Amino acid sequence: MIHLIDIHKSYNLNTNPLHVLKGINLSVDEGELVAIMGASGSGKSTMLNILGMLDEADSGTYTLDNTPIVKLNETKAAQYRNKFLGFVFQSFNLISYKTALENVSLPLYYQGLPRKERQKKAKEQLTKVHLGERTHHVPSELSGGEKQRVAIARALVTNPMVLLADEPTGALDTKTSYELMALLQEINDQGKTIVVITHESDIANMCKRIVYLRDGVIVEDKKIKQKKAKDYVE
Amino acid sequence: MFKILFDRDTWQEIFGSIQKNRLRTIVTIVGVLWGIFIYITLSGAAKGLDNGFDRQFQNVAINSMFLWAQSTSMPYGGVKTGRNLQLKMEDAQYMYNRIPELQYIAPRNARGIFGSAAPRVVRNSKSGDYSIYGDYPIFTKIATKFIYDGGRFINQADIDQERKVCVIGERTQSELFEDDENPIGGYIRISGVFFQVIGVHKYVPGGGFESDSDIFIPFTTFRKLYNTGDEVSWFALAAFDDADILAVEEDVKTAMRSKYNVHPDDERAFGSFNLGEIFNRVIGFSKGMNLLSMIVGVATILAGIIGIGNILLISVRERTKELGIRRALGATPKEVRSQIILESVFLSLTAGVMGIVLGSFVLAIINALTADSSTFPYTNPTVPLSYIAAALILMITLGTLIGLIPAQRAVSIKPIDALREE
Ligand SMILES: Nc1ncnc2c1ncn2[C@@H]1O[C@H](COP(=O)(O)OP(=O)(O)O)[C@@H](O)[C@H]1O
Ligand SMILES: [Mg+2]
Repeated sequence: MIHLIDIHKSYNLNTNPLHVLKGINLSVDEGELVAIMGASGSGKSTMLNILGMLDEADSGTYTLDNTPIVKLNETKAAQYRNKFLGFVFQSFNLISYKTALENVSLPLYYQGLPRKERQKKAKEQLTKVHLGERTHHVPSELSGGEKQRVAIARALVTNPMVLLADEPTGALDTKTSYELMALLQEINDQGKTIVVITHESDIANMCKRIVYLRDGVIVEDKKIKQKKAKDYVE
Repeated sequence: MFKILFDRDTWQEIFGSIQKNRLRTIVTIVGVLWGIFIYITLSGAAKGLDNGFDRQFQNVAINSMFLWAQSTSMPYGGVKTGRNLQLKMEDAQYMYNRIPELQYIAPRNARGIFGSAAPRVVRNSKSGDYSIYGDYPIFTKIATKFIYDGGRFINQADIDQERKVCVIGERTQSELFEDDENPIGGYIRISGVFFQVIGVHKYVPGGGFESDSDIFIPFTTFRKLYNTGDEVSWFALAAFDDADILAVEEDVKTAMRSKYNVHPDDERAFGSFNLGEIFNRVIGFSKGMNLLSMIVGVATILAGIIGIGNILLISVRERTKELGIRRALGATPKEVRSQIILESVFLSLTAGVMGIVLGSFVLAIINALTADSSTFPYTNPTVPLSYIAAALILMITLGTLIGLIPAQRAVSIKPIDALREE
C-alpha cells in the first residue's frame, strides 16, 4: 500500500546541506504493524513526516494506495492528510482548550461533516479507545495515557488508511506504554495499517515488523513474531 | 464563504479561540470600541452643533446684508472730508436698477436704537420705553418674523393707508397687558399717538440686534409720526440664492458711492453688515467640526483596528502549534486564513456595535440635557444612519484587511515547522 523508492532528503542548515535520508526504499502492506527503530537523529521522524505528507522528499517516489504523492500544494496535502492519514505524536498535540470530544471531532469538521454526525462518530471512536466516560474533559484534566488515547481516537476517527505514530509512548511510563501498545495491537488486529517510531526494543517487539534506520539508510528490515502487549499488562 | 459564515461550528471555533484569552480579547475590543465611540459621539455632536446653528439662522435670509450711511472719510469733488450722508427712499430703486442680483430691498427706520432715544409707549397706567421700527411687509422676506396665532405682520394696505397699527414683542405684551388679556385689537400710545395692536411677534435669538420688546409699525406711518420724510435709517437687502453676497455687497456700496458723489475708494462712507459672511463662517466652523470629528474618529478606529491586527498577529504566533495541529488534521490554508479573518472581523464588529450603542447612549444623554436650552446652539445631536452604516462597513473592511496579515502569517509557516514549535 505504501511504496517509498529511493527517497532522499536534505536540510539546508546555513548553506551546508545536511543529508538526512540517503535513499530509502520501503514498502508497507495493508494490515501491517511496522516499528521504525534507530538512534536519535537517524532520520526516523523525517521519513515519517514524508509519509505523512507534512514534508516533501527532495527526490524519489512515494505512492500511497496507487496514488503518486508528488508536488502537492498545501491545500491538496491537507485534504490527503485528512482523508488518508492519522497522526499520533509523542507530545500528544491536543488542542488545550478543547474537550476530548471536540479534539476528536476536529478532523471531521475539516471534512465538512454535519455536527451531529461528527459528535456521534467521535463518541464511538472514544469508546473504541476505552475512553467513553471522559469525553468532556480538557487535556489538562487527563493523564498522559488518556491524552494519547484521545490522540489515537482523533487519528482514527476519519478511518484513515494508515496510522502514523512518532514515538507515541515516548512520554509515557512503561505500564502505560504497554497499555497503549495493547490498544494499537487491538486496532491493528481490526485491520488498520500502523507505522510506529520507537527507540525502545520492547515496544518494537510488540509490532509485526521492525525496520532499522542508521544515518539515513535502512540497515535492517525484518518480520518478527509479535509479542502481545496484553500479556505484560495484568 | 457563505457556508462558512452561517456554519455554527465556524463560530464555535472563533469563540473557542477568542475565549481562550479573555483579557486579550477585552483589551482588543476596548481599543476599537473607543474609536467608534469617539467617532459616533463627535460626529453626533458636530451634527448637533450644525442643527443648532441652522436653527439660529433659520429666521434670516442667509444671502442678506444691511446698508447704512456714515460720513465721508476722503475729500472728493471739491467737498471736504466728514460730510454726513443720509440714505433716501429713492436709493432702493437706484440699487434695484443697477444690481440685478438683488431680490428684496427693505428700507427701515427706527427710533430707540443706535443712540436715538426710545420713544415712550403708554397703555392705561402702564408704560415703557421701546424701540420702534418703521417697516415694509417685504422685510419679512429677509428676516422672518414669527407672529403668534391670531395676529399678523404689517401689510401693503397698512402702508398705503398709513394705518396706525403695530406689531409688538412678547416682552412688550407682558409689560403692557395683563396675562389673561388678548392684546390683538388693543390700543397703545406710541409717542402720544394711539396704535392698534395687530400682532405679537415671537422673539428668536441670534437674529442680530433686535429684541423681544421691539414694536413694528408701517414705514409710512413712522415717516408721518417722526417726520422723517424721505430718510431711511438703513436698508435690509437680500440677494438671490445663487448670488455671491460678498460681491453684491461691494456692488451696492460702489453704486451708493457713485450716487452720493463719494470718493470711489472711500470705504467708510457707507457701512454694511453681511450675514452671509457670518453664516458661512459659522457653517465653515461646524463643517470643520464635522470633518475634524470624522478624521479623529476614523483615526481612532484605524488605531483600534491596527491594534486588533497586532493582537491577532501575537495570537497567531502563540497559536502556531495549534494551527500546525489543525493543518496536520486537514485544515486547508484557506480554512485557516478565513478563520483568522473572521476572528478579526468578529472582534472589530463586536467592538463597533458596542461603540455605536455606547455613543448613541451618550448622545441621547446630551440631547436630553440640552433639550430645553434655546440659547445653546445645539439641537438634536443625531448620527445619520449613513454614518453608522459607513462605520460598520469600515469595521468589516478594515477588520478583513487587517486580518489578512495575521492570516497570511499563519499559513506562511509550514505545518511541519509549526508542529515542531514549543
Ligand atoms: N527542519 C529541520 N531543519 C534542519 N535539520 C533538521 C530538521 N529536522 C530534522 N533535522 C535534522 O535531521 C536529522 C534527522 O532528524 P529526525 O528525522 O528528527 O531524526 P530522528 O527522528 O530519527 O531522531 C537530525 O540531525 C536533525 O537535527
Ligand atoms: Mg524523532
